[in-house]
This record gives sequence, C-alpha cells and structure tokens, in this order.
Amino acid sequence: MKPEQPSSDPAPGPDAGMSRRSFLRGSVVFASGLAALAASLAPLREVDDFPSLEQFAQKYYKELTPAEMAKVLKRIEDEVERQYGLRPHVKDLKPQQGVQFVYALNLTRCVGCRKCVHACVAENNQSRTPEIQYIRVLRLPDGSLDLEKAEHYYQPQSVPEKGYFYMPVQCQQCQNPPCVKVCPVHATWQETDGITVIDYDWCIGCRYCEAACPYWARRFNFAQPAIPKDRLNLDMAYLGNRPRRRGVMEKCHFCVQRTRAGRYPACVEVCPVGARKFGNVLDANSEVAYILRTKRVFIQLKEELGTSPRFFYYFDV
Amino acid sequence: MSRAIRDYLVFLGRCGRIAFVGDWRYYAWMGLLSVLCLLGLNAYARQFAHGLVVTGMSDQVSWGVYIANFTFLVGVAAAAVMMVIPVYVYNNEELHDLVIFGELLAVAAILMCLAFVTVDLGRPDRFWHLIPGLGQFNFPASMLSWDVIVLNGYLLLNVHICGYLLYARYHGRKPARWFYIPFVFIAIVWAVSIHTVTAFLYVGLGGRPFWNSAIVGPRFLASAFTAGPALIILALQIIRRVTNYGVTDRALLTLRSIVQVSMLINVFLLANEVFKEFYSGNLHVASSKYLYVGLHGRHALVPWIWTAIGFNLLAMVLLVLPVSRSLRWLNLTCVLCIIGIWIEKGMGLVIPGFVPTPLGEMLEYRPSLNETLVCFGIWAFGLLCYTVFLRMAVPILQGRLCKANERAPGGRSPAAREPAIGRP
Repeated sequence: MKPEQPSSDPAPGPDAGMSRRSFLRGSVVFASGLAALAASLAPLREVDDFPSLEQFAQKYYKELTPAEMAKVLKRIEDEVERQYGLRPHVKDLKPQQGVQFVYALNLTRCVGCRKCVHACVAENNQSRTPEIQYIRVLRLPDGSLDLEKAEHYYQPQSVPEKGYFYMPVQCQQCQNPPCVKVCPVHATWQETDGITVIDYDWCIGCRYCEAACPYWARRFNFAQPAIPKDRLNLDMAYLGNRPRRRGVMEKCHFCVQRTRAGRYPACVEVCPVGARKFGNVLDANSEVAYILRTKRVFIQLKEELGTSPRFFYYFDV
Repeated sequence: MSRAIRDYLVFLGRCGRIAFVGDWRYYAWMGLLSVLCLLGLNAYARQFAHGLVVTGMSDQVSWGVYIANFTFLVGVAAAAVMMVIPVYVYNNEELHDLVIFGELLAVAAILMCLAFVTVDLGRPDRFWHLIPGLGQFNFPASMLSWDVIVLNGYLLLNVHICGYLLYARYHGRKPARWFYIPFVFIAIVWAVSIHTVTAFLYVGLGGRPFWNSAIVGPRFLASAFTAGPALIILALQIIRRVTNYGVTDRALLTLRSIVQVSMLINVFLLANEVFKEFYSGNLHVASSKYLYVGLHGRHALVPWIWTAIGFNLLAMVLLVLPVSRSLRWLNLTCVLCIIGIWIEKGMGLVIPGFVPTPLGEMLEYRPSLNETLVCFGIWAFGLLCYTVFLRMAVPILQGRLCKANERAPGGRSPAAREPAIGRP
C-alpha cells in the first residue's frame, strides 16, 4: 500500500473571508456558467407544441365529467381549427350495450393490394410525413405462416403474385391485451365493446406497450405529425381519429368514430375483394357471427401467447 | 427544534461550499464534466423541441441506448449491496469505512437511471401522470410502476443512510443504531428487488421470446454483482490516490473475490442461455441469431457481443488466476468486466429483443449523434454527482469537516480553524 501523502487539497477554512478578488472571480465564473447554461438550452426556443395550462392540467379520460368533456372537446376543435383552418366535429362516442366487435379476414380472398392501408391512413388522420400506417400487409410464401418469412415491402407490377398469399396485420384487439397490462399510467384500456383505446392526452410516451405488443400494432409519434389541410377528416372522435400530438402512441381502434355510429371501418368498406368482415359477434345475424359459426378453421395470430385476439383469419374451404 | 434545523442548514451549507473548492485537478475534472453535461443538456433540449425523431429509434426498435444504459446502471446501483452485506452481515472490518462510498455510488447511479428513463419519455411534460395519487398509477399490473416505486425507494433509503451517517460523523456523535441499521437491512433486500423488477420489465413480455426467459433475472443480478463491485474497486483506488483516505489493499481484494464469484456465475448463466437458444433451434432463436451471428445479412451487433464475450471470458480467466491479486492486473480485469457487461446487458439485451420485429421485419438500430450526446451528458452528470458526494464525504469522514470547526456565530474564532490539512 502506498504511504499516506499529505493532500494538496485546500479544504476551505471555515472563516476564509471572501476577498474582493475572489468575489470578482466567483462572479465571473458564475456568470459564464449561467451563459453556458442558457446557450445549451437554446434549442428550446424551437419548441412548437408547448402544452397550454389546460392541456397540461387535463384530467384522465375516465375522470372527466360530461361538462368537463364538453369543454375538452371544444378545446380540441379550437386547436384543430387554429392549426388547419377547418373546424372539425369531435365527439366522445361511448361503447354501445350488447355489442362486442369482432373482425374476420379471409386469407383466401386477400390479394395484397394495400387499399386498406391507405384508406385507414386517410380515415384516421394519420401523419403523412412521416407516414404512420396501422395496417401492415405481409406477403408470405404459400403454405407457411412463419412470420419471419414475411416480406413487408413487396412492390410487384401487379397483385396477387403466384406462389404467395397476403396477410394484413393490424391491432388484434386482444381480449387479454398485453399493452393494457404494461401501461404504467392506464393511458390505454379495453372498452366494453372490445376495442382497446388510447387517451392521447394521457399517454406519457414510454413505449412500453409498443414493446409488449406481439403483433407490432402500435405506432409512436416520433415527430410532430403532419397532415395536409385538404386531407383532414373532420369527423373525429376523442378516442379515435382526432389529430395526435408528438410523443404519444396510437394504433387501430376499429374506427370508433365510425363503428360506434353504426358504420363499417374504413378498411372493410374499401376492400375490393370482400376479404374483410366486421360486426357485432353478440348479434347472431351478423356476418361475423355467421362466419365464426360456419367456418371450420380460424387462425388467431400467435394463439399460444394467450392474448385471445378478436381478430380472426379464416379461409374459404 | 429551530436550533436543530439551523444546525442542519449550516451543515448543508458547508457541504455545498466545499463542493466548489479544490485543487486544479479537481477544477479541471469538474470543468470537463460540466462541459459534457451542458453538451448533453443541449442535445436533450434539441430532442425536447423536435421529438424522439432525433434519436435512432423507430417503431421497429422502440427502445435504444437510453434504456440500455438505464438497465446497466440499475445493476451498478444494486451492486452497492455487495459491500453492505460483508460489512453489516459478516462484520467485515476492511470494508467498514468504505461501504459509504458504495452507497453514494448507488445514489449517483439511481440519479442517472432516473435521468435515462426521463429522456426516453415522449411526453416528459406529463410526468405527473406517474405520481401515485395525483395521476393514474397502474400498480401492481405494470412492471414499470413497480420500477418507479423500487427505484425511488432505493434512492431514498440510500440518501437517508448516507446522509444520516455523515451528519452523525460531522457532529462527532455515534450514530443511533435504530435510526439506520433497519434501513440498511431493508436496503439489502431492496437492492435485489430493483434489479429483479428491472429484469421482470423484460421477462414479462410474452410477445418477445428473447426476453421472455426465466434466466434473465438471475443473469441481471450476476452481471450487476460483477460490474458494480468492479466499478467500486476502481473508484476506491481513485479516492485513495486523490485524497489521503485510507483504503487498504485487503479491502480491494475482498471486492475482487466478489467480482470473481459473480463473473463465474455470470458466464455460466450466459452459457445456459446460449445452449438453450441454439441447441433446441426453434423459431424463437431469431433474435439470438441476430445477436451472435447475424440474421438475413444484418449483423450490426455481432462485433459488439463477441467483444463483450471475449472481455468477459478474459476477465474470468484473470480473476481466477492469482495474477489479478496485483492491483495493476486487477484494474485491467475490472475495466474488462465493466465494458463487457455494459455491452452484454445494455445493447446486447435491449436491441436484439426488437430484431426481428414480432412480424418478422429486420430493421437495425444505430444510435444517433444527438442520442449519444445525451448519454454522455447523463454519464457526466452522474460522475459529477458522485464526485461532489465524495468531495463532501471524505473530509467529513476524516474529521476535517466537522461541527467543531464550524465558525462560531457572529465571530471568527481562530480556534475554530480547520485542523492541519490531510490529517485524518
């Protein structure tokens, strides 16, 4: 061991009075420190979405009284109008009693045209730059459901291609959703009609749900979303397609602004081959109830994970 | 009562003042760290203004170096327990006067952890949503809510223990056992919990087979108890060199034994994991393949992980050989351990979990410059905190900063002058 050395450490004497020179020197150091701090914080001048006091202090969705909700909806309408020059109609649609939404997708029919992808972007006011898409269509070689063989960016002259089938994947609206379980602030939850929604004004952007989702269905707003003014869909819902802000999650919500008002999701409407079926599984006369009753084989994607999707893939057999 | 508060404020004031006083080496070191901190702050301000788009993260790889560093540092914080157990459970004499340096390191490490998770948030302005009672705290379902509790709890425990012991020493009093011993033992269990909970953060995700493995928790602990004490060995020698605080070689060698055993367990557990992944060869091996050998022509992590494995194996060999009883070799070994485990547990654990994505897409991750600067800034901030803590703690422990040499109220009594410099 080394011998103990006398320290060169000039610990301050308790009554080392401050001379004028050391005071001046201290002030100079202090001032230049402050200047350096201010300089390093300079990029903050570019902040363009600093939350207003109302936004900052907004309560959690489930704790808002009807009167407070009305105020919030009006505030959102004002914000959209200020940003886009168009006044939207923002509703807070609640789930209907006796409704359980289910999706069924016919893998035999899907031709991989991606019309659903783009109809979804248009309907749900997704950011165009960078473009956020809720639906990812996978091209798989015939006979295999091994997702690692999936091609995500196929660009042929025309679809369908020989030797392949196509599998669109979006939020599977699990009955046992891992994303809901992991969210530290309850910003995402499952509603009684089976739709897992997000309160975009409550999400803190930790992206734990994105890591937890086995279907890669969640999207994060890494940048400020940008939508051309003339493309804005003005029919909006709080838990649905109202414009999002930077730093929050979003995902497919079965078009709540449509489906809770008695319409089909945009992807169902646009599908040119009728591969997409949607409805209330509790209604015995619905298409989805009929499909689930009569088809022999379904695929619930990654069934072994126990997430129990409300999204069923089936075949024409 | 008011006297006690006044005394305490005087204590804090003197501690604060001493942090700004030192020789030129101290100023140079603190100046360097401050510059790095400001660079990091500048990078973070840019991220705050433009969003996480300035990082290398994407929807495919949605966590990056922030969370990787966070994971590593939770281990460093937890490792303080490896000094606490010998001292308080086995009454180890050599480490007795050093254990506080381990606890202070834990405090600095937790501060860095909190900084790393904060910079990872997309909406830091909504931080209050996480505060129990004020926001909506998803406890006990979310492992992240557990992490919030255990990390902050661990911070408070260590701040209390260190703060109380130092304050008692400052007054020249014997610390009241009931006021810190129970907390020491709580902190021992708590230290294990912080790293276990952090492991469960990953383990709990059924959709990510690379993480969804029971061995991740034990591996986390083994690697933490390797890298943490290794860091403490280096820190103690620096303390010994720049102050004249008595750190015996035997204390360092006690820590070496801990690093030795932990590294053996760590390598053993790694071998278990690798065997299970590759021998059974099911489809879930994709992430491991990407990490160790590359997949579909992507192999950004391959050189990193083999560096880590090489360092770990070399460190293991050095640790079991008597050669690492010499400080020079021990220091080299510690550096190898720290780098090896930082890679293995940081990038080697976090990134492959995302590649390929659950839908089989291959997208690689590379941290951006801005992101890297933020990381350097936070590390510098942590080192700055640790240096300041030591700057306050060492003179107190040596009795050079004590109640006895406080300035008498109103006067400048020469009797109260600092005792001769460098005399413990």
